[in-house]
This record gives sequence, structure tokens and C-alpha cells, in this order.
Amino acid sequence: MGCMATEENYVLAIGTKKGLWLATSQDRKQWSFSGPHFLMSEIPSIGIDTRDGRTRIMVGVRSEHWGPTVAHSDDLGATWTEPEQGAITFPSDTGAAVERIWQIYPDAESRPGVVWAGAEPISVWKSTDGGEHFELNRGLWDHPHRSDWGAGYGGAAAHSIVVNPAGDNVHVAMSTGGVYRSLDGGASWEPRNKGISAYFMPDPNPEFGQCVHKIAADAAVEGRLYAQNHHGVYRTDDNGENWNSIAEGLPADFGFVMLTHPRREGTAWVVPLKADGERIPPEGKLAVHRTDDAGGTWKRLDAGLSEHEYNSVLRDAAAVDSAEPAGVYFGTRGGMVYASADEGETFAEVVSHLPDVLCVRAAVVSGAGLAVPETSAARGA
Amino acid sequence: MPDISVVLPSILQPLAGGQSILTAPSKGTVTVGSLLDSVTGDYPVLARRLRDETGALRRYVNIYVAGDEVRRLQGLETEVSPGQEVLVIQSVAGG
Repeated sequence: MGCMATEENYVLAIGTKKGLWLATSQDRKQWSFSGPHFLMSEIPSIGIDTRDGRTRIMVGVRSEHWGPTVAHSDDLGATWTEPEQGAITFPSDTGAAVERIWQIYPDAESRPGVVWAGAEPISVWKSTDGGEHFELNRGLWDHPHRSDWGAGYGGAAAHSIVVNPAGDNVHVAMSTGGVYRSLDGGASWEPRNKGISAYFMPDPNPEFGQCVHKIAADAAVEGRLYAQNHHGVYRTDDNGENWNSIAEGLPADFGFVMLTHPRREGTAWVVPLKADGERIPPEGKLAVHRTDDAGGTWKRLDAGLSEHEYNSVLRDAAAVDSAEPAGVYFGTRGGMVYASADEGETFAEVVSHLPDVLCVRAAVVSGAGLAVPETSAARGA
Repeated sequence: MPDISVVLPSILQPLAGGQSILTAPSKGTVTVGSLLDSVTGDYPVLARRLRDETGALRRYVNIYVAGDEVRRLQGLETEVSPGQEVLVIQSVAGG
């Protein structure tokens, strides 16, 4: 192993129910692996931060026995650092304890060091030191709606955080609660779910309480976001004021994944599942669907995917990279991971038979001497 | 009075500088809670593995005093006698 490239390298991080695997590639086809890191702990969240001239991989780690924590590595997993006092811990006055870190979101290029996190119980956190220490967002924590937010099957968590380029406009998605928006950088929050159905509630059009599964922003159109809901795929063009269905043309409107292109207007990917009560790809045939016109039409993409698949793809078990053309990656609860170097037109299996894939993240990293160390840095505790 | 010992499972020993047994003096009334405060004072990561930030014992961490799991006694208020050995054992969980 040991690729000593001077050009672009790709880093792929795969968080599973039983640990983390890391991979690098020069062509997004051949991958060199290391892992498992954190064997027997689940890795539900990963952030790859390529700002500040370094590649920092941050992971939310959770052991059934020993609880949740956040660790980071600046050497592609050769060594891991866990801040002594814990990167994410609730202040004592809240009386709360972190259950699970659901999201780690490095902010914009223009705000190096700023990293957001979403956690269970429903909470949003912000770091200004590259993810070593996070502060609880009090505006959302003290929100009067809190007592009415519910827990989805996987727990009650803030799982999506989207920040606009200027940094003042923040959208958070929580299950269950729906989409909340802040126009003041996170100081105050209001629900923004108009048009999103909550068919499972007595009033199917509540102000909040929707079970949003994932949101993502259009990289090129300010105020445009996409949402995959618990049944329902939506788009807003007015910063969340109104959501409209874009599910027509998809084989099913259920699913967990929502990805957007790193640069191009109108391009998004979903991975439909048949239904709430039948969480398998429609007809047992796995396919990604991409729109290039903001949800007007969808294209089925299944070249290179296994013919039969009865596992689901979870909300964070999919990612894009920032290359041109963009890479698309996802993993299944059956431990299969696929990569596409052409925006989903063709996929190839990266690895199979891993534990349930919970989170996938990919990044382009420039520079020489990048290689995932062959020796595993697995750590159970 | 003889010290109190806390015996760690092997998986946690790296978080205590490689030690398998941590000891604390038995001064006054010692409870399981105060004992954990004492022996993990220098090892904050170890402390967070055993208890969450509210101080509660993590669900699948079992602590035994004189053969009994402390949840069957008085929890973290369970008193520990001089010279006693307290065992930290992970419960059987997961799959």
C-alpha cells in the first residue's frame, strides 16, 4: 500500500454499527483500507474537515457500555485524540446527558474552525476550535416547543444542519419536530414546515412535528433546500417558508437520504425505500435517483448496484465529494458500500460484509504522502 | 485504615495509565459515588466511560460491592468499607 501521490486523493470514511473503516483512493475505483477503528463502538456521525491546510476526521463514537464521545484524527486514523473533558457534554444546569452524536458538520470554507454538531437528545452544538470543544445552542435547547418534540424510532435527535454561505441562516432538521430555521446565526429558532405533511398526526399539517429524515441545500441557489421526509420529498425556494412536493417521478416517496451537488444548481440524489411499513428498496431492487432540474424529473441510477437488496440506506449513510464530476457514495445496513465517480451514472462496490453502515463521508484531499496506515488503530474503549 | 481498591476491566485500563487497580484512602464515609470521584479524578476520560455528565452510572456499567451490584443496594450512595474491593464490570449487552 502507501500511495505517494502528489495530485488529488480521495478519502472515504465509513461509520458502522461496530466501528469505523477508512479508505483512500487516487481514482475512486481502487481503495486502500484501514480498520476497524473503535471496534465494537458505533460511529453514527463523521465530519471530514479539509480547511486550515489539514485533513481532520472527526467521529461521533458510541459504545453501548461506555457511552458517547467525539474523537478526531489529523493523520487519517493513525492516531486519535479525545478531548479529556469531552468535546460534547451538556452543561450541568440542563440536567441532560448526551446519548448519541448524530451529525458533525464542518462549516463553510470562509469560517475555518467552525464545526456544528447535532445530537440526541435534540440539541445543536457549535465549535470554533475545529471540533475539540462544542457549546450547546441555548436558543434551540430552551425552545418552548421542546416538550412537544417526539422521538422517532432511532431516537430524538437533531440530525441535519445546513448553514448558508453568509452564516446567518441556519436550518436544522430533527426527528421528530421538523425543520427549524434561524435567521440570526442560531440565536433564535422558528419552525418552517409549511407544506410538509405529517400524515401520522391528528392534524396532518401542523406547524411542527413533521418527521423529516434529511435536508440538504442547493449549492448554487440561496434559499433553496431539499427534504426527504417520512413519506414525502420536498423542495423550498424561499428559505423554508413554503415546501412543495417533488416526489412525482420517484418510485416511492419514503427514504432517508438527501444529497445535493457540491456546486451545480438543481442536482440532488435520493435513495427511495418502498414505505414506512416496508423499508426495502422498491421491489427489492436498489437504485439511486438523481434530479438535475430541482426535482422536476428524476433519473433512476442502478448501474453497478447489486441486483437484489433488502437492506435500507440510512440518512447519513450517503455522501458526495467535491470533485468534478462529483463522487457519490453510500452504504447499506447490510454492510455494502458503493462509490460512483460519475455522479451516480455507474457505481462500483467499494467493500462488502461490513456491519450496518450508519454514516459515510468522502473528501478530496490534495498533497503528497497520503495513505491510510495499514495498522489498525482499533480502540474498544 | 486499609485503602479501598477499584478493579477495572482490561478494556478500561489504558484510560487509567495501564493500571488494573486504582486505590483510594478510606477516610470518613466512602460511597461508591465518592470513590469514583476520587479514583477517576486524574482520569477524566475514564470517568466519562463510567458515568454520564449528570453523574449517573451508565446503563451497562455494573459496579459490585461485596458481591452485590450497586443497583441492588443503594446505587452510588452505597457505602464501601475500608479494605473492600470494588469491581467494575461491563454487563452482557449488544450483539
